[in-house]
Amino acid sequence: MKFNDLFQEVFISILSNKTKSSLTVLGIVIGIGSVVAMMSIGQGAKISVQESIQSVGSNLLVIYPGAQKNIGMNISGGRGSAQTLSQDDADAVENEIDFIRTVAPEISKRYQVTAKGTNTNTSIIGTTTSYSQVKNLEMDVGSFISEQNVKSLSKIAVLGPTTRDDLFGEGVDPIGQKIRINRINFTVIGLTEAKGGTGFGSQDDIIFIPISTAQRYLSGDDYVSGINVQVQNEEYMTAIQEQITKLLLDRHNISNPQLADFSIMNQAAILNTMNKVTNTFTIFLGAIASISLIVGGIGIMNMMLTTVTERTREIGLRKAIGSKNKDIHLQFLTEAIVLTFIGGIMGIIFGVLVSFGINHFTATTTSISMFSIILAFSVSGVIGIGFGYYPAKQAAKLNPIEALRYE
Amino acid sequence: MSLNKQSIIDCQNLSKTYFISEEIKTEVLKNVSFSINKEDFVAIMGPSGCGKSTLMYLLGCLDISTSGKYFFDKVDVSTFSNDQLANFRKNEVGFVFQNFNLLSRSTVLRNVILPLVYAEVPREEREERARIALNNVGLDESHFQHLSNQLSGGQMQRVAIARALVNNPSIILADEPTGNLDSKSSRAILSSFQKFNQQGQTIILITHEQYVADYAKRIIYLHDGKIIKDKRTR
Ligand SMILES: Nc1ncnc2c1ncn2[C@@H]1O[C@H](COP(=O)(O)OP(=O)(O)OP(=O)(O)O)[C@@H](O)[C@H]1O
Ligand SMILES: [Mg+2]
Repeated sequence: MKFNDLFQEVFISILSNKTKSSLTVLGIVIGIGSVVAMMSIGQGAKISVQESIQSVGSNLLVIYPGAQKNIGMNISGGRGSAQTLSQDDADAVENEIDFIRTVAPEISKRYQVTAKGTNTNTSIIGTTTSYSQVKNLEMDVGSFISEQNVKSLSKIAVLGPTTRDDLFGEGVDPIGQKIRINRINFTVIGLTEAKGGTGFGSQDDIIFIPISTAQRYLSGDDYVSGINVQVQNEEYMTAIQEQITKLLLDRHNISNPQLADFSIMNQAAILNTMNKVTNTFTIFLGAIASISLIVGGIGIMNMMLTTVTERTREIGLRKAIGSKNKDIHLQFLTEAIVLTFIGGIMGIIFGVLVSFGINHFTATTTSISMFSIILAFSVSGVIGIGFGYYPAKQAAKLNPIEALRYE
Repeated sequence: MSLNKQSIIDCQNLSKTYFISEEIKTEVLKNVSFSINKEDFVAIMGPSGCGKSTLMYLLGCLDISTSGKYFFDKVDVSTFSNDQLANFRKNEVGFVFQNFNLLSRSTVLRNVILPLVYAEVPREEREERARIALNNVGLDESHFQHLSNQLSGGQMQRVAIARALVNNPSIILADEPTGNLDSKSSRAILSSFQKFNQQGQTIILITHEQYVADYAKRIIYLHDGKIIKDKRTR
C-alpha cells in the first residue's frame, strides 16, 4: 500500500468518526497543554529569581567582615559591624588578584539626614566610582561619584530615588541641593534610577558618598563594611573566591580557614542554589502535568482498542480484498499517531495561550522554553506510538474469517 | 499427477476440521476433490451447515485447509505465506458476501475504489474504473456519493458485486449473493452474473436454492462435507 493512500485511509476514518476522534484529541490537548503551561510557570519562577539576583550586579563576590556564617545567604543585619576589613585589603585584592574587572569597597551605616526642614533616617554608603558598575546602577539625573571626588574627599552625595522622595518630594530635581549628614553639609550631584526592592535590601532608599569622605568625616577610621568584587568571567568565580580567601587569611595572619574573620558571598553559588530549587519546582510541576498526559495516552489506547473491536468486520473485509497485515498495522498505528500529533500541536498552542494568560492576568511570571515544547512533543509522539502499537498489532493479527464473522 | 489444462481450480482431498477444544472438533469438509474450468459458471449447492461457506473461504484463501491440496492456476496455494495469501486475494479473487460487508460509513464510490487502493492502481484511474464497474452492475449514478448504509439491500449487493469485479479478478466467489433479496432483484443480479460469465468471467456461486443454482452452467451438490452430485446443466 502506498504511503499517500495510507494517509488518505487514515484521514477518511478519522473524519468519519469526528466525535470520538475529537474527544481523543482533547485528552492529548489537555495533557500536552498542561505540561507546557506548568513548565512555563516553573521556568518563569527561575528567570525572575535569576533576574532579581542579577539586578544587584553580575559575577559578584562580596567580602564581608566578621566570621563565616551560613554559606550563601549572608545578609544578616550584623554585616559590617565587625571591624576586620580595611581599605588596604580592598586595594590588595584589586592589585594582587587577576581576572577581576573591578573592586568597590563600601562603608555603610545609617545616619539621620536632613534637608530644608525635612529629615529621614537612611543608609549612607561610602564607596568608589566603580560601585555603579558593580551594582548595575543607572543614573536618573546628574552623575555618580567620580574618581576626583574620592581623591579630594568631596562632600558630595548621590541620592537613591526613595531618599529623594523623602527629603525633597517626588519628582523634584535634587541636583545642587544641600543635605546634612551627621551635621556635615553635602551637595547633591546625582540621582540613581529606581531599581525596586530586591532580596539584598533596597537600592533605592540610600545615599552614596565618596568612601574617603565617609572614612574621614563619618567613621573616622579606614575600616570598610564590605568589598564588592566583580569578576571578569562567571567561570572564574569559585577560583577567585578561593584566591581572595587565601590572600586575606595571609594578610590577617590566620592559618586556620575555619577561623576566618571575613566571609565571601558568591553570587554564582547563590544562583546555582536558587536554580536547583526552581528546577526542582519545574520538574515537580511537570510531573503533575504528565499525569494528565498519561491519562490522555490511555484515552488514545482505549479509543484505538474500541475502534479495533468496532471495526473488526471492516478489518476482515480489508483483508478479504487484499490488504496485508502490515497495511492494517500501519493504518491503525498511523491513526493513533496522527491523532496524537494533532493533539500535540493543539496542546502546545493551548499551553502557550494559557501561559501567556497567566503572565498577563496574574502576578506570576511565565516563560515558555523550547525544551518544554520539544519534551511535550516527543512525549506525545511516544504516546501515539506506544499506546497505538498494541491495538494496531491486535487488529493486524485478526484472522480474516473470524473478523468477517464478528458481530 | 496431471492437472486438467483448462482448469483454474484443482482441489485434491481437501479437508477442513475446526478444533473447538482439545476433545471437540467438527469435520466440516471431508476429502473434497474437484476441478473448475476457466470461464465456467459453477454453483455449489447444499443444505445449511453442509460446509459451503467453509469451502468458499478455502477457495478464496481466506482460510487454509487442514489437509489436502489446492492448486490455483496450477500453483500450490497451501504453502503460501500470509503476505502471499493477501496478494492472492488482492489479484485473483473477487468476493461477494451474503451480508454485503460494505464499509457503511464510506460512500458507494469509495467502497468500490478500495480494492484498487490495495492493488496500487494509479490514483487517476481508480474513480473511472469504479464508475465503470458500478455502471456494469446497473447502479444509478445518483447513488454513487451516498453512504453505503443509505442504500436498499439490492443496491448494496450491486455495490458489493461492483467491488468484486473492479480489479478484474480471475474468479468471482459469491456466497449466497441473493440471500437477502426479493426474487425480482435476485433474478436481476443472477442475470448480470450470467452476462459477466458470457464475457469470460469465471464465477463460483454458493446457494442453497435450486432456482438460483439453475442460473449456473454446472452444479456441485455438497452434503455433510462431501460432494454427492456434480452435474453440468449447460
Ligand atoms: N469457526 C468455526 N468454528 C467451529 N465450527 C465452525 C466454524 N465455522 C463453521 N463451523 C461449522 O462448520 C459447519 C459448516 O459451516 P458453513 O458456514 O460452511 O456452512 P454453510 O454450508 O455455509 O451453511 P449456510 O448455508 O447456513 O451458510 C457448521 O456446522 C458450522 O457450525
Ligand atoms: Mg454459509
